[in-house]
Order: sequence, then structure tokens, then C-alpha cells
Amino acid sequence: MLYLDFEKKIEEIQKELEVAKIKNDEAAVALYQKELDSEIKKTYSNLTPYQKLQLARHQDRPHAIDYIDMIMTNKYEIHGDRHFADDKAIIAFMGYIDDQKTIVIAEEKGRGTKDKIYRNFGMPNPEGYRKALRIALLAEKFDIPVLFLIDTPGAFPGIGAEERGQSEAIAKNLFELANLKVPTVSIVIGEGGSGGALAIGVADKIAMMKYSVFSVISPEGCAAILWGDNTKIQTATKALKISAEDLKEEELIDDIIDEPLEGAHRNPQEAANNLKEYYLKTISQLKQLPKDELIQKRYEKYLNYGKYKEE
Amino acid sequence: MGLKELFNKLTHKTQPSKDQAPTHWIKCPSCGALSFYKEVLKENNTCPKCGYHFRMSAEDRIKLLADEGSFEEYDKNLEPVDPLHFVDKKSYQKRIQEGYKKTGRKSSAISGECKINGVLTQLVVFDFAFMGGSLSSVEGEKIVRAVNRALNKKTGLVIVSASGGARMQESTFSLMQMAKTSVALSSLAQAKLPYISVLTDPTMGGVSASFAFLGDFIIAEPGAMIGFAGARVIKQTIKEELPEGFQRAEFLLEHGLIDMIVKRDELKTTISDILLFTNTPSK
Ligand SMILES: [Zn+2]
Repeated sequence: MLYLDFEKKIEEIQKELEVAKIKNDEAAVALYQKELDSEIKKTYSNLTPYQKLQLARHQDRPHAIDYIDMIMTNKYEIHGDRHFADDKAIIAFMGYIDDQKTIVIAEEKGRGTKDKIYRNFGMPNPEGYRKALRIALLAEKFDIPVLFLIDTPGAFPGIGAEERGQSEAIAKNLFELANLKVPTVSIVIGEGGSGGALAIGVADKIAMMKYSVFSVISPEGCAAILWGDNTKIQTATKALKISAEDLKEEELIDDIIDEPLEGAHRNPQEAANNLKEYYLKTISQLKQLPKDELIQKRYEKYLNYGKYKEE
Repeated sequence: MGLKELFNKLTHKTQPSKDQAPTHWIKCPSCGALSFYKEVLKENNTCPKCGYHFRMSAEDRIKLLADEGSFEEYDKNLEPVDPLHFVDKKSYQKRIQEGYKKTGRKSSAISGECKINGVLTQLVVFDFAFMGGSLSSVEGEKIVRAVNRALNKKTGLVIVSASGGARMQESTFSLMQMAKTSVALSSLAQAKLPYISVLTDPTMGGVSASFAFLGDFIIAEPGAMIGFAGARVIKQTIKEELPEGFQRAEFLLEHGLIDMIVKRDELKTTISDILLFTNTPSK
């Protein structure tokens, strides 16, 4: 397990604890355990925005594919946009979450060098967004709710992506998902990078895992453009207010899903259970609404975003 | 987003200020010809020698498209509020003030109603001179209200984009304007009212990836730079040189992404023809 720079002290105590356990020194174990618990509590109740970003990008953080494995049963993966390719940065599964039929459409970053390259680091091309839309419309046809899992640094910036209409693909999803006649829930599980994230983020409810981020531009990009200085990442992260807590406070998202105190990667099953419980509870509420009311509410939610004054 | 690059690369193309205009000479970045600014103005801010399209202010654009005296501005009193108290090298408040000094507005868009060759329409025009034409809460709301007016009066909607993308200083508030404007436009589509999107130099990022690419008709000006990611970001990512003419209007037409490229002197007629074609009873 990788410890982050701000977790150094936790790591040290953890090591001492392991040694004490091996030595069977019960008094020392109790002492170190107490020290560890208090250090963890101290560290995690005072996280800076940049530390939260580090957790959102943690190499061991559960990805879409991990959540799908933990929450779905009797599932099949479905592929392709039917026009150009099967974008590996977007994955789609049909199956059951408990007994709730669901189609999950998600961004997958990949784990380990080879898999990351295969998944294009979770950066979809236009065919990925078109795949997402095709499968969302399939869900609508058979009246099955959709769960979107967002985890991307952003849409892929490439020659082919521009040639095949990256802008159009994202815009089309925003437009079409607004009208999808089934309940939809979108959850940011790690990184919600800009329009590339929003393209699967138009839903009846948007939630964020506690240590995920959602932003208009990557803090790196923002630092380079507005500060003209790549090293100002921490400052940019703070200024952009991209944490789940900040966005909930600004009412830009509906809910926060709790994670283990030290992050989802320390106990993926607990995080998955929380995500599943939130999804099932939310879907059962959304299913009560008549379809036209569902879409009306979705419209109102998006039309209300924004802060301005009118003199 | 590529905003910075756009700024650096394209500031020389911005039209000179009005008070400089009478005696000002302007060099065409395309053919290198020196022209009297008066001559350039007469040609709707294009190069008299080669037809190169300079950028134009929102006011000049409205003058170009709206029948004389027909433009009535709406929602002029919408102003940004700096919801995150954003400060980078300068404060957002300061940037708004600077934009205000430069353009006389606190928004990158002017919205209103006008007649275009006699056809009543809603018109929203972006101006790159105000914070790079960026999309924030104010511009998003102006678009939504323009859509609502179109719905009420059963008119078409024309949006002329010139923007580096979403405004970073409003962070996720800006990002959500992409969804907000797209949702509004789906109401317009359901009412079967025409929406013409005009892409001018530059149309990038969050503007490109929302309302600008949702037009029933997508028209670009010759040579306009249009795309999602900025060229610098793409080059850094793929570590390759970009092809000649990449992300220019002609490149997009070739790749099937836009309907037509229309020169500035034909833009008004093209728009009114499309509005008449789509929004009057068929014979
Ligand atoms: Zn010229």
C-alpha cells in the first residue's frame, strides 16, 4: 500500500505496530494502536484541498471496474459505438445491483502501465462518448435505470479526437442525457475532469465519493494558464474548490457518499457498499416519479445552476 | 482549454480600438498587406486584399447581422458575482473591471432580439475581448433566457460564438453552464424552432463542447479556429506536430463536423434564408 507524503507519520506508527505484533508485545500493540488511531483522525480531519486531490488520484483507489465487480451480479459487458470503435476508456455493463436491473456506464483509467495505456488513462475519444450515449438509449428502450461512474482526467486531447468531433460528441451527450426517459444517477468516484466528465454527468442525481474531485479544468492546467506557473498546483487546487465538500456546499452536487476515513483504497468493500446503498436508495425514490415529472425535475435542476446578480 | 495559447497567438488579430481607427494601419496576418483600418472596417473587418477575417466586437457583429435599429438588448443587467472569491495573479473582480473598461460590459455576451432581413430572431453574440469570450454563469443565464424568448415568441435563435471556453474563475459553476445551456436547447429542439450556431475565431473548450455544436445548422467563418482541446495541450500530449490547417474551419468542414463556411459579407443573408426556410409554413 502506498502512503502519501502527508501520511508519513501514520506509516511510521503502522510499522512500529507491526513490529510490536510480531514480538507479541501486547502492551506496545495497544499503545501503538491508540497512537495510530489518533494520528489518523488528526490527519484526516484536517485535509487540505491538495491532499484531497492526492487521495482522488491515489494509485490504489478503487476504479469503476472494481466497483462494478463489487456491486453487480449476473453481468455482461457490452461494447462499441456501432460507428467507429470500442473505446476502452468507457466501459458498460448490464446486470443486477441486488435485484435492481441496471446499466452501468463508466470511465475506467486502468491500473498498471500496460492497462493504463489500454484504457488511454481514462481519457475517452469521441467514440467513447458515443458508446455511452448508444448504451444509455438502449437502457431507455428497455426502461432500465442508468448508473454513471465518473473517473477521468478529461476528454482525450488528440488529433483523431478533434477530427472525429470531440466537441460534438460531448455536447450531444449533454443534450440527449437531459431527456433520457429512465432514472439516472451519476457518481464521481475519483477525478471528474471537465467536459470529459460532465459528458456522463447529466443525471437526476449527481453524487461524489467523499475524496473525489470535480473541476472545470485540471489544477495543473489552471496553474499553467492563470498563474503561468506549473508549480502553483496547490494554490490552484484550493482556488478552484473542487472537493466533494466544497461542491455540496455550493449546491453544485446533490450528495456526498461516505468513504472509509483514510480513503476508499483502504477498504474498497466498505466504499462499494456505501455507493451501492446510495444508488439503490436513490433509484427507488426516482422510480416513484412519473417520467415527465422526472425529466421536468432534471431540467429544473440544470437550469438553476449558476450565480449572478441582476441590478 | 488552450486559453493562454489562444491569447498569445491571437491577440495581434484583435481589431484596433475605435479611437485609433481613422488613421490606423493594420497588417494582415495572412497575406501581410498593410491596409487602412477604414478600408478594413468597410469590408466588415476583413482584409481588402485577401479576405482574411479579423475578429470583431460584439457590437460590430450585431451591426453586421441585425437590421438597422431593430436590435433590442435583453438581460443587460446580469452581472457576475465571483462566487468563489477567486484570485489568481489578479482577482476575478479586477479582471471583470478590466473587461468592463475595455468593452463597456461585464459579460462576454450580448443578448437580444432583432430582425435579420426582416425575420424576427433571438441573437446572442460573444466577444473575445471580454475575458476571452469565456462562458460563466451570466452568459449561461443569458442563453437560457434567449431560448425562453424564442419559445414564447416562436422565433429562431442565433448564437455567434467567439470563446476560449468555460471561465476558470467560476470553476464548477462555469462547467455546469455547459449542461445548463444544452438542457435549454433541448427544449428549443422539441418545439422545432431553428437554432443556428455561428462559430467564429476562436470557438474552443467548454463552449465548443456545448451549445456551439448543438446547432441545427453550424456555420463557421473562414479560417476560424474551432476545437475542444487547445493545440498546445494536444502537442504536449501526443508529442507530434499537428497537421497543416488543424482545427481551422476548413478542416472541420472536411471532417464533416460543420454544415458550411460562410464569408462575412454573406453571413446575414445566409442566416435569414435558413430562418425563413425552417420557420415559416412550407409550401
Ligand atoms: Zn490579407
